[in-house]
This record gives sequence, structure tokens and C-alpha cells, in this order.
Amino acid sequence: MGSITLKQVTKAFGPKEVIPPLDLDIHDGEFVVFVGPSGCGKSTLLRLIAGLEDVTSGSIVIDGKEATDAAPAKRGLAMVFQSYALYPHMSVRKNIAFPLKMAKLSQAEIDAKVENAARILNLADYIDRRPGQLSGGQRQRVAIGRAIVREPAAFLFDEPLSNLDAALRVTMRQEISELHQSLATTMIYVTHDQVEAMTMADKIVVLHDGYIEQVGAPLELYERPRNMFVAGFIGSPKMNFVEGPEAAKHDAHTIGIRPEHLTISTESGSWEGKVGLAEHLGSDTFLKVDCGPLGEMTVRVVGELGVKAGQTVWLTPDPSKLHRFDGKGLSIF
Amino acid sequence: MARSTTPRRKAMFTVFAWAVGLLLFFPILWTVLTSFKTEAEAIASPPSFLGFHWTFENYVTVQERSNYGRHFWNSVVISVGSTVLGVLIAVPAAWAMAFVPGKRTRDVLMWMLSTKMLPPVGVLIPIYLIFRDLGLLDTKFGLVIVLMLINLPIIVWMLYTYFKEIPGEILEACRMDGAGLREEIIHVLTPMAVPGIASTLLLNVILAWNEAFWTLNLTAAKAAPLTAFIASYSSPEGLFYAKLSAASTMAIAPIMILGWFSQKQLVRGLTFGAVK
Repeated sequence: MGSITLKQVTKAFGPKEVIPPLDLDIHDGEFVVFVGPSGCGKSTLLRLIAGLEDVTSGSIVIDGKEATDAAPAKRGLAMVFQSYALYPHMSVRKNIAFPLKMAKLSQAEIDAKVENAARILNLADYIDRRPGQLSGGQRQRVAIGRAIVREPAAFLFDEPLSNLDAALRVTMRQEISELHQSLATTMIYVTHDQVEAMTMADKIVVLHDGYIEQVGAPLELYERPRNMFVAGFIGSPKMNFVEGPEAAKHDAHTIGIRPEHLTISTESGSWEGKVGLAEHLGSDTFLKVDCGPLGEMTVRVVGELGVKAGQTVWLTPDPSKLHRFDGKGLSIF
Repeated sequence: MARSTTPRRKAMFTVFAWAVGLLLFFPILWTVLTSFKTEAEAIASPPSFLGFHWTFENYVTVQERSNYGRHFWNSVVISVGSTVLGVLIAVPAAWAMAFVPGKRTRDVLMWMLSTKMLPPVGVLIPIYLIFRDLGLLDTKFGLVIVLMLINLPIIVWMLYTYFKEIPGEILEACRMDGAGLREEIIHVLTPMAVPGIASTLLLNVILAWNEAFWTLNLTAAKAAPLTAFIASYSSPEGLFYAKLSAASTMAIAPIMILGWFSQKQLVRGLTFGAVK
């Protein structure tokens, strides 16, 4: 059905190679998230799969068929764009019907499929409006509707939620996850937001400068990051890194400890520091603690903690949650 | 940036805008007024603004002396013909420049525009000779071709600016939705660019209608449009300001009316892409 295989795929824009040789297997029905900082090549990779960019070398196999040189229209994929990319001169109904019209389906079939998509996505109330008369969330639903009617081999999402406000983003995130459960179609989702990646993915692909840093299930990346980049990128707030003698004690060049794996005490502990900025989220508090030669540490405390800025505190890392890295930044397991 | 719009400031702008508007409109108003005067009043000093003897005599004379209808028809054929032909050539050109630009696209566009900076008289003799050899002198077809070429850079530039405004993602979405190039142009690009194409058409009809250099130099009697009709009244026979004015009024009236009713389109067309 919707498996996608990339073999030694590269992409260069002029002399600049943005994707070095890359191999990737996406299995049928998987929800795969490409995540990484801006400019890491994640959108380019998605566009290569879509056929909107030509690969410089290598091959792409979709659904068992060689698709490297196939036109976007012939790949059987549907895409949801960051800007929604709805047709402004067409009603919601016509927007959703467009791919079916291009596939030359009969009017009766088109109507049935559009009705069905509108029902699934709660679009029925504004089916005859133009995109300009819809809110951001509604437009996003129309874009998704236009993608699902085609029953594609896979869905491609290019940062689809980044134009929405925070609350709507959470709702849409759930809707997309539910959609994936009910359709069981392969989905490839690009985002720079690691929270989206962690909450939605079956499999996360972490990209950095065009290279795949690690591929794995969300918790696998969280618990066993392959290197310092993945360790720092996955998890919020970021993992704390310590170098020097403290790391040497653990036979490592660098040690990493997540903010949620540090215990804070006003009486005793391993590392002494002074409380700096505190971010109060209600449920949690993120404290910045200046630990002198060890550097600044972020600590996550559940609920509120009665410490003031400038107060001396002690931090103790949970030894079982300590990550060790060698001189090249690779994890030592 | 918030701009303060105090009533005083607003009043000042209004007065200024009216002053500029009237200054620009005055020659046209004066021409129209003069066309209703007698020849003697037309050259009277000091001139009278409204308190003269109103007469339609000039219009009658102009009608008797020359064939307005034929000139009018020539103007319509030449301006509409050159515009339609120009747009048919410019749409694919602008599409290519906007959506599949190459390394030199910018240079090509600048070069096209630079041809507008050449004084037309510089190429008058070669074009005249080519027209003579091809038997195109004093033909509507010849003028359609030459005016199309003169205005083509503007048409390409305007359409290019419009097409550039269409987000590339929409066309990509269309490709993902299974549309080929033909369907993309018919179902998505053209409907979205219709306002742009319409204002381009309008502006170029007006430019071609008003074009005087080539229409005067390449026509004699058969293909002469309204510009030649006006010019025939500024003759060495003597000063006939009132008749000249009547002829001018008749020549500019159709295009003034067209312009008046399409102001919105024109302003939008000319400022499109200027403000983001």
C-alpha cells in the first residue's frame, strides 16, 4: 500500500548539497515525523518525496513502484501545505472536489466523496463558502479534506499547524492523529516543533544539516538519543550538558541530564548553585540555576517551589537517567 | 505604523489632491470649452471662461470635412487588435518568467523594459523602410503589429507582476491534486489572474488609442486612426483652434468614458504588487 523507500537520495541546489546521500524506509500505515531545526532539509526531503523537487541522484520507490522521475500528479500522494494553498476562487466544495475532478470521476462519485469528507471533518456548515471567508482552522480542515478524498497512498504534511494559534494547534494535532488512526494511511509530517513530533509520531526522523541524526520511536529518542544533537533537540526544556571533571567522573567527555531528572534541595546535594530566573507554569516551574563552573542548569519542579532568586540550592541528578557522550558527541551506552 | 489623520491634515490633503487633479484636468476642460466657441472667441485675449456664445458649429464642420466614423473604427481595430495579440504572446512569456525563472530572467525583463527608453524616432527609418518593402504602410495590420511590439514590454511586465503574486504553493497543490500543465493554467492560474489580465488589457487599449508617433508616421488615409484625425486640424491652413478642439474632444471622448468606468481596475492594475 503506502510504503516509501528512499535509496541514496541526494539533493543539491547548484553547488550546495542540502541532502547528502540518505536512506530511509517508511512502512505502510506509519505516522512518520521529520523534525529538525530550520534549514535542516526536512521540507526539502518532503518535497523530494512529493516530486515537487527533482532528486539530484538516488531513487524513490513508492508503493513498490519506481517513482524517482514521476510527476507529482502520478505519485498517488496528497499534500497539505503550511499556507493551506486552497484555491481562493473556488468554494470549499469545489476545492475538495478538485483532485477528484482531475481524476475524472463521475459527478455522483465526486458528490458522495465530498459529502463524506465534509462530514468527517465537520465542514458541512460552510461547504459553499470561499476560503477567504473561513478561519485558519477551518481552512486547514479544507486542506486536509482535499487531501483525504483522493484516498492517496500517503499523506504529506508540511508544517501544517504553524500558522494556527496555540489552542487550535493542540486540537488539530489530535484531529490529525485521530484521522491517522481511522484511515490507517501512511503519513509523513514535517515540523520543527518537537512537541508535535513526540505526541503524533510512530517514528521520528531527526534531521540536521541534511543528515539523519536518528530514526526511532518517540520514547526511544527521548531515552536513548544517539548523540548530543538528538539529546538536546528532543525534550523540553532542553537537556543540560556538563563537561570537564564532573563528566570525567562518569568516564565521559560530556554528560547530559534532563531538567526533569534533577532533584532540587535547599539543604544538600551533588551540585551547588544559585537560583536565577524562574518560569512559573502553574503545574510546573522551570528554574535556571547557576552552578558556577558546571554552567547554568535548568531544573523542572512539579508544582511550585518556595525558593527565591539568589538563594543557594543543591541539585542531584538521577544516576539512572544520566546520558554519557564521547568527545565526538556520540552516546556511550 | 499608525499615521495621524487629524481633520486639519485631512483637509490639507484633500485641497492638495483637488488642486493637482484640477491642474491635470484643466487642459482637457479647456479643450472641451474651446470646442464650443467660435474661432474668434477661441483666440480672444483675454479668453472667456464660460461667458461666451456656445455653438455646435465646430462639430458640424468637423463632421462635414472628415469621416469621424472611419477614424474611430481604425482606432478601435488598432488598439484592441494590438492589445489582444500582445496579451496572447505575453501570457506564456510572463508565465515562464514568473514560475520557471532562469538565471537570466531578471536581465531579460530589464532588457525588455530598456527598449521603452529608446526614442522611437531612432528606429523610425528602418521600420518605415521595412513597412514600405512589406507593403504594410497605411494598413491597420501593420499598425497592430507595431503597436503590439511597442507595448509588449509593458504587457509582459504587468502580467509578470500579477503572476508573481500568485503563491507558488497553490500551483504546487494543484500539481499534487493531479492536474497537468494545461489543467493548471485553465482551472487555477487563469481564474486567479483574471483581474490582472483585465487591467492589463484596459491599460494597453488606452496606451494604443493614444499612441501618436507611429500612427501618424506610418499611415496616410486608409488606416489613419483618431490621432491622425486630430492632427489633420492642426494644418498650415491657419489657426483653427475651435475646430481642432472639437476634433480632439471627439477623439478622446470614447477613451475618457472607458477610463472613467474602469478607474478601479486601472488603479489596481498600476499599483498591483507595489504594496505588500
